[in-house]
Amino acid sequence: MNDHETTDHGTSTALVPAAGDGHDLLPASMIRDADQFENPGLPPHVHRAADDHPDAAKRAERQVATMFGLSMLATLVFLVSYFAIPDEATFFFPGIGVAKTQNVVLGLSLGFAIFLIGIGAVHWAKTLMSDEEIVEERHLQASTGEQRAKAVAMVTAGVESTQLTRRPVLKYTLGGALGLFALPLGLQVAGSLGPVNVEELKHTIWDPAENGGKPIRLMRDPEMTPIRFDEVTNGSVFHVMPETLQKHIDEGKHVLEAKAKAAVILIRLDPDKIKVQKAKDWGVDGVVAYSKICTHVGCAVGLYEQQTHHLLCPCHQSTFDLTEDCAVIFGPAKRPLPQLKITVDDAGYLVAPEGFHEPVGPSFWERAR
Amino acid sequence: MSTTDTRPADALRAGDRQADERASATKPLGGIAGWVDDRVGAAKGVSFLAKKVFPDHWSFMLGEIAMYSMIVCLLTGAFLTFWFVPSASQVVYDGSYIPLQGMTMSDAYRSTLDISFDIRGGLLIRQIHHWAALIFVVSVFVHMARVFFTGAFRKPREINWVFGTILSLLACIEGFAGYSLPDDLLSGTGIRAMNGFMQSAPVIGSYLSYFVFGGAFPGEAIIPRLYSAHVLLIPAILVGLFTAHILLVFVHKHTQYPGPGRTNNNVVGYPLLPVYIAKAGGFFFIVFGVITLISAVVTINPIWAYGPYDPSPITAGSQPDWYMGFADGALRLLPGFLEFETFGFTWSMNIFPGSLVLLPVMWTIIGAYPFVEAWVTGDKREHHLLDRPRNAPTRTAIGVAGITMYVVLFLAAGNDLMAIKLHLSINDITQTLRVLFFIGPPIAFWITKRICLSLQRADRQKVLHGRETGTIWRHADGKFEEIHAPLTPQERWVLVQHESPEPLQLTAGTDANGVDSPIARKERLRAKFSNFYFRDRVAPATPSELEAAHHEHDDHAAAPSGEHEAIEAGGAGRERETIKARKHD
Repeated sequence: MNDHETTDHGTSTALVPAAGDGHDLLPASMIRDADQFENPGLPPHVHRAADDHPDAAKRAERQVATMFGLSMLATLVFLVSYFAIPDEATFFFPGIGVAKTQNVVLGLSLGFAIFLIGIGAVHWAKTLMSDEEIVEERHLQASTGEQRAKAVAMVTAGVESTQLTRRPVLKYTLGGALGLFALPLGLQVAGSLGPVNVEELKHTIWDPAENGGKPIRLMRDPEMTPIRFDEVTNGSVFHVMPETLQKHIDEGKHVLEAKAKAAVILIRLDPDKIKVQKAKDWGVDGVVAYSKICTHVGCAVGLYEQQTHHLLCPCHQSTFDLTEDCAVIFGPAKRPLPQLKITVDDAGYLVAPEGFHEPVGPSFWERAR
Repeated sequence: MSTTDTRPADALRAGDRQADERASATKPLGGIAGWVDDRVGAAKGVSFLAKKVFPDHWSFMLGEIAMYSMIVCLLTGAFLTFWFVPSASQVVYDGSYIPLQGMTMSDAYRSTLDISFDIRGGLLIRQIHHWAALIFVVSVFVHMARVFFTGAFRKPREINWVFGTILSLLACIEGFAGYSLPDDLLSGTGIRAMNGFMQSAPVIGSYLSYFVFGGAFPGEAIIPRLYSAHVLLIPAILVGLFTAHILLVFVHKHTQYPGPGRTNNNVVGYPLLPVYIAKAGGFFFIVFGVITLISAVVTINPIWAYGPYDPSPITAGSQPDWYMGFADGALRLLPGFLEFETFGFTWSMNIFPGSLVLLPVMWTIIGAYPFVEAWVTGDKREHHLLDRPRNAPTRTAIGVAGITMYVVLFLAAGNDLMAIKLHLSINDITQTLRVLFFIGPPIAFWITKRICLSLQRADRQKVLHGRETGTIWRHADGKFEEIHAPLTPQERWVLVQHESPEPLQLTAGTDANGVDSPIARKERLRAKFSNFYFRDRVAPATPSELEAAHHEHDDHAAAPSGEHEAIEAGGAGRERETIKARKHD
């Protein structure tokens, strides 16, 4: 390790080992030869104004002290404003809009109090503290041969004294114990993070079983009022939740979990525009209901373009064509949005008699099983 | 202590005198400092640290910005924990923000609203925290780019590069966990997408989702779990690795840019005490101050405008914080047809590669780069002098190609915004970016490499013909000529100090009997890579070339014609050199 040459004329290859091993020999072009420029050494030190002129130094001192002084002033402004400015005060901040006075004043005063300390210190360092660069030598990072040998000897002696080499059974049992003891900890964490219920992913509260086998009314989200068929005018869009959600709301639990799969979008369009017979059959005179949960990663497909009959997911721009049974016409989703079969009940309200026929939302491994 | 001219009796008092000397030497220390040193011996460390030299360069401050903004995050984050309630339990809001009064929301969202409206100065602390986090991640990336393009990752700093790589990944994850905590509509949508990402994993996807969410999405477990990750687990690793990162900088001593007097075995700069402490310490206050000033006037993440999370509503323009943008962009570019089923099992190859695979793969490649380059160059030396990016054209081009790929993905995350603001078709933008993802990086590679080589040629020319002064001379015969001033040795050194490796040459591919050796096969691959790296090279000018150029100038004085063969003498190509130059004489 000591075979490197340390040249003192300061070329950039002073730490080169004389030769690598075998095929790692450096190409000739990386070894500096005679026909190369020499490092000219540090340029002469140039004095600053404050080094030579007491006036300049005095000026620098005053500038630094002013910054520190202004910082103290800003701190004072913060302390006073904290108590003086009421929480609800707002004002018009040009170029920004209506702003919360407290936030702006507290922020600016604290900001300047901190910032001025910073530029004061840097200005001090740059004008008054010595700007003479100093040179520190580097040494090879690796330990010397003796140091390495000594370390190896010490470790060997240490291992020797444990008798590990002579008593292999200790080595194997220790290894086994150390290897295994993490298992219970890992098992506890992994095993108890759950619970796992993959079948649940395929189930929504549109299932008539949730309603005693009866068809489930479509309700406005978030008002939870039923929707009459004749209220759905051509081109209108309703964000829909099932009647069965009310039970979850009343019990005050699992509302979001249920909503995350049950969200439905209800749209009426000209029945002749619908090109797929099944889509027509599952709707009522052009009123169709589809799952609002994107089949890509599960965002709500909330943007409906009335002219083109496209549904767009704002997360990753998957585009579904309502006239094509919500098939994907662009973007990263693969599967169409699942359709919810709807009819009109005796009272004239829209109901879903069957629930979804396939899992809604993003794909998962067991989805089609 | 010299003992040659002391009387024998002095030896008896030697001990006393030493005690006296020690007493007088420690006297100025005295007080609390003396008390501490008596117990921990800190003075030894102080004298070691005080004279530690740090080189000065603006680009070395990028890492400092990262360090300081992280400290600002830790500080303001600790404040926020006093008021934030990491709970998804549903409550009814009755705080002072009128539009949301009476709404059902999670306690996490409620407490974030309280921090913003009802806790004096709370909004400021929240905004400082968020701005500092954004600046932290961006400065980490830019610092990383600086280290990459200057070759600061080379031996002996490969370990620190790997530490830094892990730190940058953790910074992104920490940021994601953080902005998900308020449980507003935007961040909740982000968590919704994260749930979709997990479900896309082959075989274990559904299990992964149920494990992480503690049941069905969204459940009540994810907010406390993210909170524990955000304030405890990740910061602990982050701070630990960061400490190791900084310690290694001390161990290795800082790299420096090439310059007169700066060599591979010294470090030229200012001592820690007082200049560097004043500058770096002052810079902490500058960074902190600027972040605070931004937070005073620029709103970040106005969660009150989004409303509480609910899986049904959504807002247009749902985007993650900028550092997750590239992953989001990858998801927007992956076409849907990549999903398929085998035996009833679903392979979501339209999601999985962009969500769960992209980050680990990208960071593995970044972390492995120093080892790949070291293998290609076969260079086992220590490097403490930085490369000027132009002097490592292939590395610089690889870096720019990688950044191009990243930028394409990043732009893709804003395809909807671009479509709206620029009145373009989102489909066209997406298709264009899909194509650009593949052809952009090679084009960027080629352009960057050409620019680097041109800059190297310009350097050679400047060394051989001097600096253009802008002074035009008219000769007696009416000819005009621009005067070139020769460079000083200091000016010249920066342009000629670098190495310009040639591709590794294979000596013999077969052994004595003409049989391929396994080593030879491996070496052939390496020679190919080496050729890729170093095939195009412009060697730095040498003294003899400068001498030749001078002669040529003198010849010009007599017969002003001909080309300067010397310009490209060391390089691969021989371009015609038509710029006339004249030595000032």
